Amino acid sequence: MDLRFTPQEIAFREEVRSFFRDEIPVEIRAKVSEGRKLAREDYVTSQRILNDKGWAVPHWPVEHGGQPWSAVQRYIFMEELMQAAVPLPLQFNCHMVGPVIATFGTKAQKQRFLPRIKSLEDWWCQGFSEPGAGSDLASLKTRAVRDGDHYIIDGQKTWTTLGQYADWMFCLARTDPAAKKQQGISFILIDMKSPGVTVRPIITIDGRHEVNEVFLDSVRVPVENLVGEENKGWDYAKFLLANERTGIARIGMSKERIARIKRLAQVTPAGAGTMWDDMDFRSRLAGVEIELKALEITQMRVVAAQATRDPTKPDPASSILKIKGSELQQATTELLLELAGPQALPAERPDAGHNDAEALFAWADAAAPVYFNHRKVSIYGGSNEIQHNVVAKAILGL
Amino acid sequence: MDFDLTDEQSLLKDTAQRWAADTYSSIEHLASARAAPLGFAEAKWAELADLGLLGLPFAEGDGGFGGGPVETLVVMEALGRALAPEPYLASVILGGGAVRLAGSQAQRAAVLPGLIDGTARLAFAHSELQARYDLNDVATTARAVEGGFRLDGRKSVVLNADAAKILVVSARTCGERRDGAGITLFLVPADAAGVSLSAYPTQDGGRAADVIFSDVLVPADAVLGAVGGGLAVVERVVEGAIAALCAEAVGLMEALNTLTVDYLKTRKQFGVSIGSFQALQHKAVDMFVALEQARSMALYAAMMVEAEDADERRVALSAAKVQINRSARFVGQTAVQLHGGIGMTMEYIGAHHFRRLAMIEVMFGDTSFHQRRVTAEGGLISAA
Repeated sequence: MDLRFTPQEIAFREEVRSFFRDEIPVEIRAKVSEGRKLAREDYVTSQRILNDKGWAVPHWPVEHGGQPWSAVQRYIFMEELMQAAVPLPLQFNCHMVGPVIATFGTKAQKQRFLPRIKSLEDWWCQGFSEPGAGSDLASLKTRAVRDGDHYIIDGQKTWTTLGQYADWMFCLARTDPAAKKQQGISFILIDMKSPGVTVRPIITIDGRHEVNEVFLDSVRVPVENLVGEENKGWDYAKFLLANERTGIARIGMSKERIARIKRLAQVTPAGAGTMWDDMDFRSRLAGVEIELKALEITQMRVVAAQATRDPTKPDPASSILKIKGSELQQATTELLLELAGPQALPAERPDAGHNDAEALFAWADAAAPVYFNHRKVSIYGGSNEIQHNVVAKAILGL
Repeated sequence: MDFDLTDEQSLLKDTAQRWAADTYSSIEHLASARAAPLGFAEAKWAELADLGLLGLPFAEGDGGFGGGPVETLVVMEALGRALAPEPYLASVILGGGAVRLAGSQAQRAAVLPGLIDGTARLAFAHSELQARYDLNDVATTARAVEGGFRLDGRKSVVLNADAAKILVVSARTCGERRDGAGITLFLVPADAAGVSLSAYPTQDGGRAADVIFSDVLVPADAVLGAVGGGLAVVERVVEGAIAALCAEAVGLMEALNTLTVDYLKTRKQFGVSIGSFQALQHKAVDMFVALEQARSMALYAAMMVEAEDADERRVALSAAKVQINRSARFVGQTAVQLHGGIGMTMEYIGAHHFRRLAMIEVMFGDTSFHQRRVTAEGGLISAA
């Protein structure tokens, strides 16, 4: 038993760390660190740099552009990526639709889509949730009816993250209305430029436009855009959700935020000194750090166990990472909000000259939106209550 | 990075688990062992010696088996799971730890063989009533006299002192009560003239004693380590004890989780097993999460307890104890809650796990104490 990294793993960590620092533009990383809105181009620029290095999709099969890395190397890569505040390669492309097409797609689909998924030439969005199908995803109602060599798709998708930028959607639709719940669902790829696709913004509690509703009104999709077999879409969706669990706890992001909170606390005026002199604040910060350290080791244990696991089966231990990781992410955003204090209130910065603290608190207007936005992390990807159900059933046998 | 046990460690784990499970397979076995005058059966202590567990952390040159923190973790987890009442912590980890870390060749040769073969147990008489968790707070004095020292003072809650043949005693050879320097460790026979014990049972089914030293004369070669330099040894001994307690707590919590999940599956109310209720399922999952977080930090403690940098070591052990304490409190309380009425009774084994976990929380630093230390050091994550 040895919790330390080997010299080779440390060398690998240094390699990826300096690549992120030297090659990903600092302006983009600053936006990620401060929780500011990224433009479409920021995501594209960052992912192209990674892709040119061969690092956009290291977890993919090697023949499709993956890296022959160990589970530990993949873990190190993700942690360093997050700690350097590099935008994550677009999850919908790299961790969701890409692995599904690589595993279940036809040769033609692989050739057509995979290179553009990696490079972000095509931006993908997820068409799973519906107004009536959230945690109970299998109750979805969107229908795909066969009409010659096309499907006619009707329905409504929601919570479509960054759908406003998307070129394509991977969508779950019911192809057999007679089949019971999980059966009769198919995994279909929809060109967002198709007639009948309407994207409507939803403004979330942080005041930003991150998610959308997507209306599908008699959208004609060629049958060649079906992935795998008709009516087997639920299996592919489960594969997708289980596919990439490394980094689900976002520990690197929480560490990055804690380091930033410490730097800001040392220069944030409070009383006769700074917030760093506030031992109550620091004690609560330390409390979060301790739980994060425990979770980091828990995650390393899950990573180490991956080497001997069936990669197509979900690891119920990843539910623990999701539960605790989301709680700790939220805790760091609460501390950041408290650190901003009354300077968290302005939703826009006052004009120059009206606020002497402008330079000191230039970060503070993002604190509240980041806090608001992070309420989502215990809801998406299977709410924490659903994760409790998963562990109760799969691990405890209840 | 490697979380696998070596073949030898796996074998050790099997041995310790099997012994503990066979020996304390029921609450009646436990009760009869605890009813013995010393709170455990001499014959069981001899079995631990025969299995080689008493010599585990000591160097082969001293007659031990050269085990490290992972070996200790494996054994403590097994003993914890079974609620084994033997004074492994007091004698091997604390008393033995002090001799291992500070003993001269001659002292190790004089003391360790008896400890390892089970004939001469140790106890660690350091803590005093006023000291709470401050290891530097020592009022007991050792005055230089012709040929040695004269010890005077009181020690409080000395674990298993009534079962010890030799006490490792800290006393001040110079300085004020709370000075870091000036503390010296001594090896004192428990039956030396002027040593008086008042022994009592503890809330977790163990035993301890308050010990008075009154004009106790010890020879100069009773000094363990450097005169005046005892605090550094005490700190390392206590860090070792914290790592061991973390592992013991993990064993206790694991047992409680198993008991609780089994109970949820078998207990029926409203015509169904109560484990079918989501409110109870989610509590059980939270117990499981708390256990896994604690397990991770027990591993962290084992990894860090021999780190060279004293500051790094101290912060790491404090962080581990905070997590263990938090998990222990949650798992213990929730186990009682989910058991309902039966969880409130002494006839139920899980209640004893709960009691032990609660006492671990207040040993060698409670949650506030250790969180303050982590805070004072600036936390675990570098700001840079």
